[in-house]
Amino acid sequence: MTDFLWLIIALPLAGAVLLHFLGRFVGEPLSGWLASLASTSAFVFALVAAWPFIQGGEHSTTVLLWEWMPAIGANLELLWDPLAALMVLVVTGVGSLIHFFAIGYMHGDDRFDRFFTSLNLFMASMLTLVLAGNYAMLFLGWELVGLSSYLLIGFWFTRPSAAAAAKKAFVVNRIGDFGFMIALMLVFASFGTLSYAGIFERADEVLGVGMATAIGLLMLVGAAGKSAQVPLYVWLPDAMEGPTPVSALIHAATMVTAGVYLIARSSAIFEIAPIASTTVATVGAITALWAATIALAQRDIKKVLAYSTISQLGYMFLAVGAGAYVAGVFHLMTHAFFKALLFLGAGSVIHAMSDEQDMHKMGGLLKKMPTTAITMGVGTLAIAGIPPLAGFWSKDEILGSVFARGGWFSALWIVGLVTALITAFYMARQWVLVFLGEPRWSQDTSPHEAPRVMTIPLIILAGLSVVGGLLNTPFALRLERFLEPSFEYVTLQNPPEGLAMFAVLAGLSVMASLVGGGFGYVSYNRPKQRWLDFEDGFEPLWGTWEQAYRVDDLYGAAIVAPGKKAAEVAAFGVDLAIIDGAVNGVGSAVRRLGELARSLQTGYVRNYGVLFLGGALVIVIWLVVGR
Amino acid sequence: MIVSAGYYMALAAALFVIGALGMLLRRNVLVMFMCIELMLNAVNLTLISAGRALNDLNGQVAVFFILVVAAAEVVVGLAIIVAIFRRRSTASIDELSELRG
Amino acid sequence: MLTALILLPVAAAVVMMVVPARRQELHLPLGIALSVLPLALAGYVFWIFEPAPGFQLVELVSWYEPWGINWFLGIDGISLPMVVLTTFLVPIALAASTSIKTKTKEFVVYILLLEAGMIGVFLALDLFLFFVFFEAILIPMYFIIGIWGGERRVYAAVKFFIYTALGSALMLGGIIALAVSYSSQFGSPSFAFGDLASVDLSPGSERWLFASFALAFAIKVPLFPFHTWLPDAHVEAPTAGSVLLAGVLLKLGTYGLLRFNLALFPEASVEAVPIMGTLAVVGIIYGAVVAIVQPDLKKLVAYTSVSHLGFIVLGTFALTSGGLQGAVIQNVNHGLTTGALFLLVGMIYERRHTKKIEDFGGLQKVMPIYAGFFLFMIFASIGLPGLNGFVGEFLILIGSYTTLPALTVVAAGGVILAAIYLLWAYERVFTGVPDKEENKALSDLSAREISLLAPIVALVLVLGLFPGILLDKISPSTEAVLDYIEDQTAYVVPEPGRLADVYLAGEDR
Repeated sequence: MTDFLWLIIALPLAGAVLLHFLGRFVGEPLSGWLASLASTSAFVFALVAAWPFIQGGEHSTTVLLWEWMPAIGANLELLWDPLAALMVLVVTGVGSLIHFFAIGYMHGDDRFDRFFTSLNLFMASMLTLVLAGNYAMLFLGWELVGLSSYLLIGFWFTRPSAAAAAKKAFVVNRIGDFGFMIALMLVFASFGTLSYAGIFERADEVLGVGMATAIGLLMLVGAAGKSAQVPLYVWLPDAMEGPTPVSALIHAATMVTAGVYLIARSSAIFEIAPIASTTVATVGAITALWAATIALAQRDIKKVLAYSTISQLGYMFLAVGAGAYVAGVFHLMTHAFFKALLFLGAGSVIHAMSDEQDMHKMGGLLKKMPTTAITMGVGTLAIAGIPPLAGFWSKDEILGSVFARGGWFSALWIVGLVTALITAFYMARQWVLVFLGEPRWSQDTSPHEAPRVMTIPLIILAGLSVVGGLLNTPFALRLERFLEPSFEYVTLQNPPEGLAMFAVLAGLSVMASLVGGGFGYVSYNRPKQRWLDFEDGFEPLWGTWEQAYRVDDLYGAAIVAPGKKAAEVAAFGVDLAIIDGAVNGVGSAVRRLGELARSLQTGYVRNYGVLFLGGALVIVIWLVVGR
Repeated sequence: MIVSAGYYMALAAALFVIGALGMLLRRNVLVMFMCIELMLNAVNLTLISAGRALNDLNGQVAVFFILVVAAAEVVVGLAIIVAIFRRRSTASIDELSELRG
Repeated sequence: MLTALILLPVAAAVVMMVVPARRQELHLPLGIALSVLPLALAGYVFWIFEPAPGFQLVELVSWYEPWGINWFLGIDGISLPMVVLTTFLVPIALAASTSIKTKTKEFVVYILLLEAGMIGVFLALDLFLFFVFFEAILIPMYFIIGIWGGERRVYAAVKFFIYTALGSALMLGGIIALAVSYSSQFGSPSFAFGDLASVDLSPGSERWLFASFALAFAIKVPLFPFHTWLPDAHVEAPTAGSVLLAGVLLKLGTYGLLRFNLALFPEASVEAVPIMGTLAVVGIIYGAVVAIVQPDLKKLVAYTSVSHLGFIVLGTFALTSGGLQGAVIQNVNHGLTTGALFLLVGMIYERRHTKKIEDFGGLQKVMPIYAGFFLFMIFASIGLPGLNGFVGEFLILIGSYTTLPALTVVAAGGVILAAIYLLWAYERVFTGVPDKEENKALSDLSAREISLLAPIVALVLVLGLFPGILLDKISPSTEAVLDYIEDQTAYVVPEPGRLADVYLAGEDR
């Protein structure tokens, strides 16, 4: 079976290539269906290939495709283990649903086929990332998802804001990649290879704590770029310029979780480096709270979800940093379900509202689009952490594991708990603002329920958001057992044993969710002027949140503007004036010397003759007298 | 009376000075050209007489070289002069200073 | 065989000279057809080349015996990719020259002579012969820039010529000094590469000779701070000239450093590692920073060359397997991607007669195919994995870290800057709504133009995914260079990882 693993990548890739060249002729909607077919068949194939793992008992295998850069131990090889299998299933499963949704959402766009080309390219890239058998190939996927993200954020390239957002996403990610590349240099210098097989088995023999910490922290830089963590998260909100299915697929469900995957995959290294792990957890906790507060005050329906995604990714970092790798991956999975659901729901709303994204201009949509409203409601409850929905189980496992670590992690646990409360509040606020209350949209828009190709994925995702959590409950740690082979080099951090402890912790977090959600519901389920006054009551804090702490301005003033200034000085001051000036200076010095010498050249033969004769005479006199 | 090498030398010196002065003082290009020939032949005469006096064949060998080069030079030089004359219809050297730097 | 490789373009040039000057419509097609012959021959050489150290297909004919000068040719894994690249780029460069309307015959002749010179440089194993080819290249390039260039073509051509000739004059001194010490040590004169490498030099004179060679090559590369002739030359050169200048001529510098400096002066090379490494890294960052704010598209691409070639020099002087292999393969990669970028800039220049970034905007709307090719080449240039640029860059970075950790970390920063300058340029040229009247009616690429770019795209992909095609042939030669340096000096190539040997051999999986 594993001999054909490459098909999982090849299927969407073939779809992308096919659509790239023939998409124009295939047209709408067939190209969308073709792309969905490629994605779905990859899912089915992955399911078949993963079956042995699900049954338990199969060992992980490495499949060598071909040699790539043998000098640094980097070949194109696939690692098929439970972690990879889970990631592949999430990516292809959620990805396929989003493909279907996009057929409806992108209807009428004149670059319909192009969109699906890029979407399939993204699938292939993401699958390369999670299937890679060494860091070089992971980096291949890592950069290719960046490329697809660039293409898709800038899909509506005629909008300058979209083009700028695409560039910003790629460049900020590159800053992270810089750290990642240095981490890879250190790995290679320590191990002489980049292959997982050669690294993890011997990590504790080869790596000292210092080196492991350095590698871990540098990987964190890379992960923070891709997974939008503080301080590199600024690209993700802007990335909402892309079409909404892209936001759902790339910027919520899959690509942005690559950083979490990287850290989980490198667990053997982080195991040796407690400082790096703690830093990961701290960054995660800070990000979770930071982004959650910003999400509170956003008016744009997608921006709320974007900051919410950053915040939830923070949870995952908190988990993997605390050594609760399974909990992190578990939350990655459940988050993929409900956040994809929420984004697609938001897409459905935006679609219905003729591209209006301001929640102040929505309201009362429950009656107009009940399916969207109910499924989004399920997603809201799931992310808020209401039992027994998926978000509750995964979030609770994270908080429990973090709590169990004690010490510094207790502080992080409190941050996590507060974040849970805020999350419930802003999600309730969003749902209420969009679906309840009096309609605030203008007369000429007529909201309507989305076509079935869009609602069916919503319903499926809602179903997954409900039951997805049952995969790994304290009563039956199925996922934990499933993933165990992938974390054989680490001692997994589990939530505290015992039902009593679980009940207390779970009770606390459910309480936080209920309080936050209830407060949000009550505050916003009333006339517009009332909740506007409510928001004004929090000034100036509310304004700061709404402007996202003005971090973009800060970066602009502190990094971008001085950087541009420095480049201008280098280009026109140093390069043109000094370096090239020196070169041309030498040239003109020689020329000036020539100017002096040329006055000797009168052009009159007789002048030359006199000089000639004089010279000859001097020589003769020297010969005669000088002796 | 034996004509000793010194006489030849004196004659050569006289020819050379005549050539040199002519070269510097005359304005006509053709005449200047002849003056150059005069100087060359003065040198030739010196070489031959010195060779004879020292009983060394090298002097005569050198003269052959000079003769050949001079002949080639005459060809080129006359051609240039003719070309200039055709263009400018003057043979005055003072009107020609094209190569001023 | 190798002699034929050099003489074929010369013969082609002679054929071109016979064609009547007024039959303009014949010149370019005939030139392209003729230039395919060397490509075919180079392909054959590539095919029969055995992946083994040492020179193959060696030819030796005495040329001027009293001084020990020979017509001495040979090819190894370091020169092979360059020869193939050269013959590959020439037909493309010619085919991209349809906008040349004056003196087309002479243009084709100069390009063909240039090709002969470039092939000769890579094949010559006699330093005198090498120098002859090295200098001979300047002449056709001087005319290509000076006759068919832009507005300031004469300035650029003269600057190019004098700057590079100045450097090589010093190298000539070095070559002669080496040959003289050889004949005084061994009693018979020789200019042969292998012979001169065996000369015993005092450390002091080795350093001076190293410097004389290094300066000539540093100007050619160009290494910071000797780079300012490059933007001028590129901006003024016609498209074909830019393609060959960036694609091949600059590589003479990196090739020379790798082939001659390392082998002739191993001791001094090892000593010079920090200096050369620093210059390379300064060039990487500096070239990238300067590129960011260039207002002219062609100048921007020219500065990216400064940055990218810094990587090659860094890899060369890192003196590790990864670094050297990366340097050689990056020579090819840079030739392909930058060559293609110059082609692309040339195509838009032919349409709009401007290269100023601010004159464009929204081109993706009117020229989607063009935009697609441009973006592809941008990502190849940025070093996106899966495309060729990554293979070289990654090998160089990973390989260099073991010997030059701090510098390599800084060099990796160039990767961020590359994304900034290229994507920002793309944003300004291609995205948004086309707001200038002149841009609204631009025609997209023609079939001819696509067929020029398609082979490059194909190679970019193939080399990105299957670099083994080249690396297999390169690595024996680069390993031989390292062995030689280890043999001659106290330098030891670092073995990364205590357990590296086990895993590199693929055991214990």
